[in-house]
Amino acid sequence: MAPSLIALIVFLVVLVILIMWFVGAYNGLVRLRNRVKEGWAQIDVQLKRRHDLIPNLVETVKGYVGHEKSTLEAVIQARTAAVSASGVGQQAQAESALGGSLGRLMLLVEQYPDLKANQNFLALQEELTSTENKIGFSRQFYNEQVMLYNTRCQSIPSNVIAGMFNFQQAEFFELVDKAQRDAPQVKF
Amino acid sequence: MWEAITANKRRSRVLLALMALLLVALGAAVGGSMTPRPQEGAAIGALVAAVIWLIMLVAAYYRGDLMVLASMGARRIEKQDAPRLWNVVEEMTLAAGLPSVPRVFVIDSDAVNAFAVGRTPEKGSVVVTSGLMRRLGRDELQGVVAHEIGHIVNLDIRFMTTAAVLVGSISLVSEIFLRGMVHGGSRGGRRRSSDGGGGRGQGQAVLLILALVLALLAPIFARLLYFACSRKREYLADASAARLTRYPAGLASALEKIARGGAKLQSKAKNLMVAPMFIVNPLQKMSVTGMFSSHPPTDKRIAVLRSMAGGAGYAEYESAYRGVTGAGKPCLGPRTLASETESVVVREPTPEPKAKQDAIERAREALDLVDGMAGLLFLKCMCGVRIKPPPDLKRKQIPCPRCGRMHDLSLATTLAANRARAAEGKEEPTAPEGEAEQVYRPQSHKGWESLACRCGNKVQLSPALQAEHIRCPRCQRTIKIES
Repeated sequence: MAPSLIALIVFLVVLVILIMWFVGAYNGLVRLRNRVKEGWAQIDVQLKRRHDLIPNLVETVKGYVGHEKSTLEAVIQARTAAVSASGVGQQAQAESALGGSLGRLMLLVEQYPDLKANQNFLALQEELTSTENKIGFSRQFYNEQVMLYNTRCQSIPSNVIAGMFNFQQAEFFELVDKAQRDAPQVKF
Repeated sequence: MWEAITANKRRSRVLLALMALLLVALGAAVGGSMTPRPQEGAAIGALVAAVIWLIMLVAAYYRGDLMVLASMGARRIEKQDAPRLWNVVEEMTLAAGLPSVPRVFVIDSDAVNAFAVGRTPEKGSVVVTSGLMRRLGRDELQGVVAHEIGHIVNLDIRFMTTAAVLVGSISLVSEIFLRGMVHGGSRGGRRRSSDGGGGRGQGQAVLLILALVLALLAPIFARLLYFACSRKREYLADASAARLTRYPAGLASALEKIARGGAKLQSKAKNLMVAPMFIVNPLQKMSVTGMFSSHPPTDKRIAVLRSMAGGAGYAEYESAYRGVTGAGKPCLGPRTLASETESVVVREPTPEPKAKQDAIERAREALDLVDGMAGLLFLKCMCGVRIKPPPDLKRKQIPCPRCGRMHDLSLATTLAANRARAAEGKEEPTAPEGEAEQVYRPQSHKGWESLACRCGNKVQLSPALQAEHIRCPRCQRTIKIES
């Protein structure tokens, strides 16, 4: 066998292995990216559910705490802002604000025993608790997937493919109440 | 999570292969000893055993979950029947990233138990008893459902079904053989003797003994293997539940309630093979340690969950497991641990309705009063449990029944003595005359603190301390602790 033929065969084998690795790595990235998308879709469903629950909640609560309008209005405003938000980062911020105002509303409700005994309200409260949990758990799943995907995008050698085909890093969904995170500003 | 499943699958295959080999060997030995021509008989026997297995497997695969559900008297529910249970199942589905929400069933029973069936993650079912729904709080229910979903995600159900069918087939083949021996023993003996001995007869006698031994031992051995797998998977499902809920205390307290409230389930079919699918063994009254148990002892599972420190991930579960069992053997395996890329932080508990908590608190206070009058000692553990050892206990140390931490009894006796003095109206311990007592106010009650006595000695202050005074070990001065 001529040396050139052997060289050719070796070259071909290496080429085939490279192509196989390439296909595998590319498909792996696509799979992870789809899982991230799926995770985000789940969060989105739960956020929508929360937005749908709030008008009901406000209606029920209004009859009991009519004179404390400001808390209710804050909830409605925060909801409007959250509905119109787009993008992971913006959405997270709006949802944090909404979560904060909902928490304040629930604190307010604690002072109204009649309201707490209302069957309609109890059912709503269970739904709201569950929706909050679901947002939390789907966020947990989403962030886990984002972590896997981003790690794959950044690590050698799959980062080459990620760069070639423009696989962009996904964003974590962090719900932190902005008021809680920012240090209080002291003014003189 | 995904890596854990792959590792699990590989181990399962080895065990299943071992059991299948046992079944075929049993079939061959039985077949060989029953017919005049051992070789053909062995082949036929092995084939028959395999066919029995296949038929049972197909039945279990396609109808197994329905059969189990029907035999347990489970009825399917919709969201409006039990909104909280339904919501919790949905929450855990999201956390685990299951493709669809499992079906939810309820068994009307006072027993506190739960199980899962379904051979693929798409077709899972979660079953709980109505007693469980009544007695468990939201976080506890979440822990139980997460454990069951953990079984579904880890593909435990499929494995356990396949294994159960193998065990069943082995039992069936050996039972047929042994009954045949008992009833037709004399007839077979006559036929063999009329066959006219020779080398073949002797070979067959050896085969017969082999078949007898196998028929007696194989079911036991298969069951041991089966239960060993089952025990291992319970730990994995517990670890998954802790990780999914981010709250190990929920499952731990649920297991406590299940162990106390009675997991024993009355059912039409008391099926040994269904038992491993439950969260706590429904056949035994108490948790039993041993090779024939389908579940690890519940108190050990609780202790592992309770002593998980610093997080809710697999790594924390593993180190807690090692701490509790004191064994060097890994519980989850290195691949499962390696699959965890980030740290998993424990979340806050979900608040339960306040009225319920108040009632519990009142009952506890009343009980404390009675126990104090009866002379019981009081000890508070870091994990939150209160231990009440009898005053005449001979040991120096006592382990916490929940998390296993050791506690010095001397502390409790001092406390009790102080209490008794206070009750008799005697004066509180005071500092040496002419000196005002030193007062120390702890910064927090969360960790150990050290304070300096007047003599310059450093005194360590335990977060579990409940006494109003501590004594400096060097100069015997007392220091008042303000709460």
